[in-house]
Amino acid sequence: MEPFLLQRSAGGGPPLSPSMAGAGAGQSFLSISVTDPVKLGSGVQAYISYRVSTKTNMQEYRGPEKIVIRRFSDFVWLHERLAERNKGIVIPPLPEKSAVEKFRFSAEFIEVRRRALDVFMNRIATHPQLHMSEDLKNFLQADEEAMERARSAEGSVFKKKPSDFMQMFKDVQMKVSDAVLGKDKPVEETDPEYEKLKHYVVDLEDHLAEAQRQSMKLVKRQRELGQVLSDFGKSVKLLGNCEGGSLGKAFADLGGCADQLSFKLQNKGLDLLLIFEEPLKEYVRTVQAIKVVMADRAQAYRQHRELTESSKLKELNLEKLKLLRPDKAGEVEAEVTEIKAQSDEAKLRYEEIVRLMEKEMVQFQEAKTRDLGLVLHDFACAQAQLASDTADAWRTLLPYLDNPHLGESTVPESG
Amino acid sequence: MMGSEEDDGRLYTSTDMMESLTLDSEPHPFLSNNSDYRNAMSGGGSFFSSSLQDSHPLAAKPVDTHRLGFQDSVRSSGSLREDLVEPPSYADAIFARDLSHTTTSVFSQTDSFSDVLTITVTNPQKIPESGASLAAGVTSSYVTYLINTHTNISSYQGTDFSVRRRFRDVVTLADRLAESFRGFFIPPRPDKNIVESQVMHKHEFIENRRAALEKYLGRLAAHPVLRRSDELRLFLKAEGKLPLLPTTDMASRMLDGAVNLPRQLFGEGSVILAPQEAMQPAKGGRDLVRLFKELKQSVTNDWGGTRPAIIEEDKEFLEKKEKLQDLEHHLSDASQQAEALVKAQQEVGEVMGELGLAFIKLAKYETEAGYTPVHAAEAKCVATAAVKASRFYRECNAQSVRHLDELHEYLGLMQALHTAFTDRSNALLTVQTFLSDVAANNMRIEKLEAASNKVFGGSKTQNRKISELKEAVKVTEEARDLAQKEYDCIKEHNRAELERFDEERRRDFTNMLRGFAHTQVGYAEKISNVWAKVAEDARGYAGRSTDATSSGLSSMPN
Repeated sequence: MEPFLLQRSAGGGPPLSPSMAGAGAGQSFLSISVTDPVKLGSGVQAYISYRVSTKTNMQEYRGPEKIVIRRFSDFVWLHERLAERNKGIVIPPLPEKSAVEKFRFSAEFIEVRRRALDVFMNRIATHPQLHMSEDLKNFLQADEEAMERARSAEGSVFKKKPSDFMQMFKDVQMKVSDAVLGKDKPVEETDPEYEKLKHYVVDLEDHLAEAQRQSMKLVKRQRELGQVLSDFGKSVKLLGNCEGGSLGKAFADLGGCADQLSFKLQNKGLDLLLIFEEPLKEYVRTVQAIKVVMADRAQAYRQHRELTESSKLKELNLEKLKLLRPDKAGEVEAEVTEIKAQSDEAKLRYEEIVRLMEKEMVQFQEAKTRDLGLVLHDFACAQAQLASDTADAWRTLLPYLDNPHLGESTVPESG
Repeated sequence: MMGSEEDDGRLYTSTDMMESLTLDSEPHPFLSNNSDYRNAMSGGGSFFSSSLQDSHPLAAKPVDTHRLGFQDSVRSSGSLREDLVEPPSYADAIFARDLSHTTTSVFSQTDSFSDVLTITVTNPQKIPESGASLAAGVTSSYVTYLINTHTNISSYQGTDFSVRRRFRDVVTLADRLAESFRGFFIPPRPDKNIVESQVMHKHEFIENRRAALEKYLGRLAAHPVLRRSDELRLFLKAEGKLPLLPTTDMASRMLDGAVNLPRQLFGEGSVILAPQEAMQPAKGGRDLVRLFKELKQSVTNDWGGTRPAIIEEDKEFLEKKEKLQDLEHHLSDASQQAEALVKAQQEVGEVMGELGLAFIKLAKYETEAGYTPVHAAEAKCVATAAVKASRFYRECNAQSVRHLDELHEYLGLMQALHTAFTDRSNALLTVQTFLSDVAANNMRIEKLEAASNKVFGGSKTQNRKISELKEAVKVTEEARDLAQKEYDCIKEHNRAELERFDEERRRDFTNMLRGFAHTQVGYAEKISNVWAKVAEDARGYAGRSTDATSSGLSSMPN
């Protein structure tokens, strides 16, 4: 039985927020879907490939439709490129680069990852700026060899082992938190509104992470309950065989019921994971992506300030030099002009980031409200359904059990 | 009996749900981390509201949020306690009825007997032991418990009385009952715990023991034969020191036996067996000679080719015994699985509560930060539901434990069965021993008579020997007859008890299944309703159009 959510994200539909479809994309239409995971290779070299299908009416693309095969490291490449070239924009997060679980490649893990990649692509496709990225175009259209060349040409980033990624990732997170909170360098913005925002983001991550942890535990525990119910059902049935008679049948019925419920609970496990735990995880990652933007902003600010300072300094020196050694003044004048240009550039970069970030934060909050609203609603529905199913299952026992003559040895019952 | 013909439609009132919000994340007393949940299950009391007594350190915070956020359930009072008392609902009435039924069946069996015998154990007190042999710095003391009885059984000559007893007295009572009521299914007494006095006096241990004692005495009171025994009556009523023979340990018994041994071996004094002794197994007694004889007999039975004169012919009994072994095995399994089930359900309930708290904190934080109040309200809504569901899981569990505990009860009772069957085989062994004794002596008499017939008149010693042997045979034959009677008696006890056991087991298990199923249904419904309401409300927040279908799961998003 297909969990309903798969229908939502497969086939290029918008992942969580229906209203995001085409938002900000004007008249251009770009729809991407990630499907059909296939395990390739063997042993340690094994990896999963995904089918990435694109439908578009954008002129920049070679045709209205295109299908390519991509693997996880390709998505990582895309993410890196987008992050490099779009400072100030919150790049949608990738699912975890799990070094360990990868080797197990359970069906569930693959499905969770596929879905997360689908969400990733759709967030990019519906972003007003990102959907126009050259890198995205290449990713969606290049053949496999070209993709591989692009990947390996990316310097040392891809020569690293997965464990290094984890470490890098962790390092970045720590540095980012520090940088964001201004613990690293003394030069930082003093805008109180921005200060507030920084703290909000850091705290929000903690709260979301806690909610996500509990949801993960809940999923796990409900599944465990399913398992235990199955064992309980079996032992109760055996006890019923022992007892025989009408009581034996009662036991057998109870055991059967427990069995049924167990099956249901374990099935719902994946559903709950997809509709509840994963979206929360994605939001935690998104908040982490915001922190990356904040770190970029802090860095841009520092550069801007440093260059401004040194530019001023150099100008002062130039004035002095003009008085003392007018012949040397010419060279230095060129330097000064250059520095000034750089300083202006840095200022523009910084201001661009500030401008973009403002829009991004608004987008983020709107999306968060929508998405979390849906997630919570789905969760409530799922729990209601589960409890209702549970009640129905146990209720089937009642007519037989409520018979007041049950358990009397004079009532023979042949099952 | 629990006839539940009621319609499940109005199983709760929705205002009840919203009215109370409790956040006891503290584990229910019966479901502590101590995996021995059975210990905790002794004793009565109403569980229904007891889970509300504890308050979690974080409880205050969320209730504040609750007050801030919800306009429809504004509270004027600040007390947390008030929030926790939920007006009884229809479902509660059903559950409470289940509870009282179970409680009664453990203690006074008023529905099975016309007369009443209710026993409670209260008021444990430490009594310092006055003894010379105390090491410096170590105060030895023991604990006494107040045993309170209420009865209208005439032989008790009184309606309410209380005495103080210590655990040693309970052991004595159990041992005397075991001696006097061979063949009956005597409920097993609480375990002795050979631990240091430090642990002995810890409050939890004493409380557990008190509860266990109460349960044990209740079971005795529920037994149709034992409740009228002198031993129990003396235990419950006699003031001061318990007027029952204390159980002496093996060593002193052997010692006593050793004293008599020379006399027996050298034939001084006849083998006069007091009737009571014939009725007791040799093993626990002081008669070493008899002990050895029975041992020899049992070896003969096991290894010898000769069939003993009376064998256990009751095929029906043997079949039944096998079936019971089967039952015990499966009972043990089921009891273990039941414990695992309860634990797993408990964990789900716990994490549900934690999840609720996490969402409440998230919502609170967002609201305070001034961002997106809309989904914050919804988060609070869902969180509240989660916390409520968590409470329901816990309550459901507490009740399930009560029901499923029946499995463990009967598992414990199996031990009583083993003892009763052992009584039977011991009695049989005694009979067989006397039989072979008689047979052996008769053979000797024959030989001697044959020999003395050869010699005319026979020697004086021979004739004396013969008459002595004839005397011994007569005595042994009397003992044999007594033992045979005893054996037959025990057989009958076994049979009657088995019948009672079957009947009561069927009844109790039926009630257990019924109660368990009702509990599961009732609480699942409650939980489902809580979530359904939230889902309904949340639909507006989620910006979804109202579906005709009840569950959001079946709707396709636009």
